[in-house]
Parts: sequence; structure tokens; C-alpha cells
Amino acid sequence: MKKTYINGVGCISTQKTFDTVFLEEAVVNHDENVLAIVPPAYKEYISPAASRRMAKGVKNGIVASALAMKDANVENVDAIITGTGLGCIEDSEKFLKSILDNKEEFLTPTSFIQSTHNTVGAQIALLQQCKGYNFTYVNGAVSFESALLDAKMQIEEDEANSILVGGVDENGEYTTALFKLNGRIKADNTAPYDVLTSTTSGAVYGEGASFFVLENERKENTYAEILDIAIVNTLEENEIKTEISSFLKSNNLEISDVDALVLGFDGNAAFENYYRNLTENAFAQTPVLYYKHLSGEYDTASAFAFWMAAKILKTQEIPEIVKVNSVSKSAYKTILLYNQLNGKNHSFTLLSK
Amino acid sequence: MAKGVAITGMGIISSIGNSVEENYHSLIENKIGISRIQNISTVHADVIKVGEIKKTNDDLIAELELNSDNNFSRTAMIGTLAAKQAVENAGITEINEFRTGLISATSVGGMDMTEKHYYDYFEKPELVKYIACHDGGDVADKIAEELGLKGMVSTISTACSSAANAIMLGSRLIKTGKLDRVIVGGADALSKFTINGFKTLMILSDNYNKPFDNNRKGLNLGEAAAFLVLESDEIVEKQNKKVLARVSGYGNANDAFHQTASSENGDGAFLAMKKAFEVSGLKPSEIDYINVHGTATPNNDLSEGRALRRIYENETVPDFSSTKPFTGHTLAAAAAIEAVYSVLAIQNNVVYPNLNFETQMEEFDLTPQTSLKNKNIEHVLSNSFGFGGNCSTLIFSKS
Amino acid sequence: MEALKGELKNKIITTLNLEDITIEDIADNDPLFGDGLGLDSIDALELIVILDKDYGIKLVDPKEGKTIFQSIETMAAYISANRTK
Repeated sequence: MKKTYINGVGCISTQKTFDTVFLEEAVVNHDENVLAIVPPAYKEYISPAASRRMAKGVKNGIVASALAMKDANVENVDAIITGTGLGCIEDSEKFLKSILDNKEEFLTPTSFIQSTHNTVGAQIALLQQCKGYNFTYVNGAVSFESALLDAKMQIEEDEANSILVGGVDENGEYTTALFKLNGRIKADNTAPYDVLTSTTSGAVYGEGASFFVLENERKENTYAEILDIAIVNTLEENEIKTEISSFLKSNNLEISDVDALVLGFDGNAAFENYYRNLTENAFAQTPVLYYKHLSGEYDTASAFAFWMAAKILKTQEIPEIVKVNSVSKSAYKTILLYNQLNGKNHSFTLLSK
Repeated sequence: MAKGVAITGMGIISSIGNSVEENYHSLIENKIGISRIQNISTVHADVIKVGEIKKTNDDLIAELELNSDNNFSRTAMIGTLAAKQAVENAGITEINEFRTGLISATSVGGMDMTEKHYYDYFEKPELVKYIACHDGGDVADKIAEELGLKGMVSTISTACSSAANAIMLGSRLIKTGKLDRVIVGGADALSKFTINGFKTLMILSDNYNKPFDNNRKGLNLGEAAAFLVLESDEIVEKQNKKVLARVSGYGNANDAFHQTASSENGDGAFLAMKKAFEVSGLKPSEIDYINVHGTATPNNDLSEGRALRRIYENETVPDFSSTKPFTGHTLAAAAAIEAVYSVLAIQNNVVYPNLNFETQMEEFDLTPQTSLKNKNIEHVLSNSFGFGGNCSTLIFSKS
Repeated sequence: MEALKGELKNKIITTLNLEDITIEDIADNDPLFGDGLGLDSIDALELIVILDKDYGIKLVDPKEGKTIFQSIETMAAYISANRTK
């Protein structure tokens, strides 16, 4: 059965994560509860004719995927698989508002068309003239992992040799306001916002697009191999350790084999124990890392973590800014990523050098 | 490919019936579900026809026995009803007994609820709970919760091919041994968002949709939910399950032509069908019935017709029909309800009529089956094509 | 008519978000679709809405747009003849 390798990465996020070596320009923002993207020079990647209809998410997705393909030194891929939690929410908001404000009159199609969830994957296919397999997953916090799982299966089934996989989400103004109202985002004016020591519920929010070229061949520039991915909808706090142990066991590994554990700490104290229990007990002797203080929380933020883990395996260095504890190892061979949202949509991803 | 993945249960709710049986009887008795819209107030009420499920949201809440503090969207409710039917039909009593997953599909998600309350949230705290039901994933999460399913749950959203892709992924998860059984399908409720969206594209008909007719004017939107239970041969044997039919072939390809229109030569459709044949090992001539996507838009039927002609080259295209004159175009649920209809066609050896057809399209020699036909059905091909050039084909076979 | 043409050029640039184009870039007889400005079928639908909203002309069949929207010249002529606003 063919193996799956990460051969190219591209990340557009709320930090400067393009045209950088890694996270050397990353800054933790304690003042804002909604972080905004650091935009690339879109014009370098997208013609005005194409970009005139595109909202942020689509543009970020296109740039991130272009970066990943350049990084992997490929011009074409066999398949494109994307994950998004809320899809193109900006266009969604725009169209809905037009409907409500104009009482369903004088509506124009552009924002409706752009609001369909598979727009990013479709636009990339159009630009590349890629007629291959093209799926979009929309299931909250496991949207990106669903795409990864599918891609790995494609490679194992020998259906594709190279696949572009990505996770993308964008913030919409009105939706952000609604998320503050329902507590998904921390309340305004309650700074400093700190992801690890927070006592309040709700998260610090963000947006971004992270894309990867996965291939069935190990190359010189390979970042890592994807060993396994598991998605579980519902787990109690006290079931996580067992779940992780059996996940590792099915890959002939134990907790002690994990050289770094990447957790989705997002400042939401209500669900923090999912991570804290692991950090303080089973993985107390393992380097534990976090990332949502840099990326912000959003459904596909785990794609940022995936990018981060791939980079760590390549550089063999963990930036201080992402460390939760001060445990370190001499070499990093195996990284486990675990994420969940509000106690649901748990995902476990295993990478190796 | 060997035999194909076993289908052991089905559930469906649409404008032509609230169960598998009711839907079947409507199909063979020419009972359509298209009418003027009742449940949504829209300025377009007099110029569109829709396939509406004949239940109000209150009816659905009562039927599902939901608490008054629930935050289910209509999409989530109809999805839950159909999924429960399917699970019961498959004789599943312990849902987590084996490695079980749910792969759902939706394009509307909870938009039906969001658009109702969009501007009211800030003034009415009792509505705030609906904010969380907006996204596509919430539908699957709610279905999983109602079923007590804890394992792998995900959702595919690729416009009108969504449910076909869900069935495809489910089949692959079983074939690769990752799961023992998967509940697959989709749900989409009607919404002002989609009604207006399709209106701006000028592809809605003000009359009954006429697929593959030279004078077709566009589609009728519909709402529906349908789920199938796929199970591995091991479980089927272990539990002595009755196999209703099998998913023997599938293919997905991208037209890469335009965001909403299909290419004139039907490239995406052609490639999807070709792939499905490869996976199934079947020859095009072995198909007994094609349930076409047939939305009755000028563009789709032309593109799909061309693709069919390319697949069948010099051979006769098998009996084909679109069931959308019965149900309307149910978007992300379309491929799921049409999968149920395909299985029923196999079980009952029937080809459904393509209603409202009068005049053959001038571009090619393709006339759909216009009356109910009884014949042996071994293999059915079902097409579903969505925005973003997403083309999917499924092949179902007698077990 | 000149004022209407200028108005139309402005509307096209703003509604279709043609950031890099100015009024001077659009000649009255330049083809709007295909070669020339390079608009597509989605833009045609947007123009149909402009016709309705700003000039009170309702097109029922999108295919009618093909002749009407050939150029600024043909658009202006059609609007002048049929506008109700």
C-alpha cells in the first residue's frame, strides 16, 4: 500500500507565515478577540479578471495552494480536496442581506454563486484545469481532517499520485458579531486574551488557509509522512487517553514514542480539560505545543497546526512561541495532533519524519 | 470490482412521501409533489413551483419529540427522520456495536433557520440558540446525536452532487476496511436563500419542469432527505442481513469549465460516468436504467445528453428518465433520494417515467422513457452534477 | 445619450468590480463579452439586474441579453428606447 508524504506546504494566516522560514515573525496578540489575516500580495497570484469576484477565503485558498504547489515543485495535481467549516461566509452574508434588505428584489447572482461551500476547490480546479476528483468537506472542526483522510485513502487505493489538500475559513463581519453574541467568541473588552490561562468560555477567533501537496513518493523536500488520521464525533473527557492509546497502538506506537503533542488549546475554559488532562498526566513527559494563540480558533485552524507540525519535522526545531511545557527532545520523529470543538468533532493525526 | 458494497437499509422524506413505501407508490402512480410554496413566504410565490415536504416545522418537531429548547434547523429535522428510518430499516439496534460512521451531505445546512432570524438575534435572546445551527456540519452532528452514533461523522458539500459523493466516500470507507458500516445520504430544506439564488441565475421554471424537452425552461426546487445504510460483507454475513442492492460503481470528476454552467461537451459528466464504469467493471450496455440528473435547465440537459451520447457512442442509450418532475431538484439531497429510487427500481424491476416530456431536444436523438415500464433491472446508473463543475455518477446493482 | 453611456460605463466598472479599468478604457463600440472587456455569463445576469433596477426594464429570457449587451452603444440604444425609469 502506497504511503502519503507531505511534499509542499502553503499557509496564509493571522501571522506572517509566507515568505518566512517558519514562525520567526509570529506575534501573540493579547488585545484582540478576533484576529485578522496577514494578506499576501494577491495580485501576484490572481488576475484582476478572476479576483474581482473572489472573497477573502477564496483568494487566500488560491494563494496558499499556489504556494504549496510551488513548494512541492509540481504544476498539476490529480485531485483537489478541501475542508471548510463555514464556507464562503462573506458572500453568504452579502447575499442574505441583499435578500432581506431589498425584499428579494434586484438580486444579483455573483455572491450566491461564490457562497457555495465548494467554491474554493472549484476555483482552483478551474484555474489549473484539473478535471480530477474534487471534494469539499464541511463538518466543523473535522472539515480539514476529513479532507486529509480522503486524500490518504486515494493514495492508498492508488487512485491518485498527487493531491492538493487544504483547510480554509474566513471571517464575516456579521457572523463574527453573532458568534460574540452566542459566546463562541470571547466577549469584547475583556482583554488580555490568553489562550492558556483563560478562565472564561469562548475562544479568540481567527481565519486562514493552509494547503498541502500530498504525494505517494518520498522526495528530497519531503516534510513528513502521514501515518494515520482518525475522526470521532463524540468522546467524553475521560475517554481521550484510551482513544489516543489505541490509535497509537494500531500504528505500532505507544505514548512514549510521541516526540511532540500538538493540542488545540483555544482559550475556551469550558472544554479545556480535554487538553489539560493530557498535558498534566499521560503526556507530562512529552513536549506539548499549542497554536491557536497564533492562528486564532476557527473550524479549519487544525490545518495551521498541520503546517506547523510538518515544519517542525523538517527543521527539527520547536519555536519557543508554541511551547506549552518546557520538555524537549533531542530529535523529533513522531508528532501527534489532537483537536476538538465543544467536546465534539475530535480528530487525531499522526505524522512522522 | 467484485460485487459492490451492500445496502441494507433506506430512509427517505420528500415531497412525494414520508417513507420509502410512500415515495415508491407516488413514483408508480404518477403522483407528483410539485406545487405552489406553502411553508415559506416569498415574493416569488406566484412564479415558482416547488417540491415541498408536506409537513411544517412544528410537525417535524413533534414527530421527532424534540424539546422546546431545541435548535434544529428544518434541514437537520428532515435529515434525522430519514436517517432514523434507514437505521431501523437496516435492523440496527446497537449503533456503536461495530465501527460505524455517518457521512452526510447538505448545501443549505441551517440557512433555513438563519434567514428567518438573521436580524432578530440581537433583540430576542430566545433565538440566539439558532446561531449555532447555521453551518453544514451541524446537521450531521445532530443526526449523529439523535442516533446515538459516536464514531466517524463528516459532511460533504459539493452542491448538487453532494449526496452522491457521500455515498461514494461511504463505499470506499467500507471497501478499504476503515469502517464496518456507514450511514450515507443528504438533506436540504427549501430556503429563501436558494430560491432567490436560483432565481438570479434565471434557471427556475414558472411551470412544471420538463427534463430533456426541447422547450424546457428550467428547474423546480425541492426539499428532501434520504439516507442509506452501507455495510461490509462481514457484518452482512454475521448478522444475516438482507441486502437490498449494492453500490457497484462510482466516479467523480470536475468539469473545470465554469462555476455554474456545464461544458457543452459534458466533459465532467463523461469522465464521471467513465470512472464509474471502470470501478464497476461493467460495460455501458449492461445498464438497464439511467436515472439522469435531468434538472430541465437548458444547460444541464444539453451537457448531460452530450455526455451520454459520448459514453454510448454508436450504441443505444438505455431507458432513462429524470425523477425531478416528481420531486423537484432537491440539491444536496438529490443523489440520495435518487439512490433510494434506483434501489427501488432494482427491487421492483421498473423504469420510472420522465413526466412532462413532449418534444425531443433538437441537438440529439435522445427520448426519455415517458411511461412506467416493467423490465428486469440488474444495473442502474445515477447521475448528479453540481455547481463548481462537480460531476458524480453512481452505479447500483442487484445483489 | 452620451451621459447615459458614461453612466453605463461607471455602473459596469463598479458593479462588476473591474478594479483596474477606467471609463476611458471602455470604447463605445468595444465588445463587452468574449474579446474586448471579457465579461462572461454571470456578468450578463448582473447587467440584466441593472436594467431592471435602474431603468425599469425586465428581461425574461437571459438569451435576449446577447444582442442588447454587445457594446455600450447597443446597451445605451436599447435602454433609451425601452426605459421606464
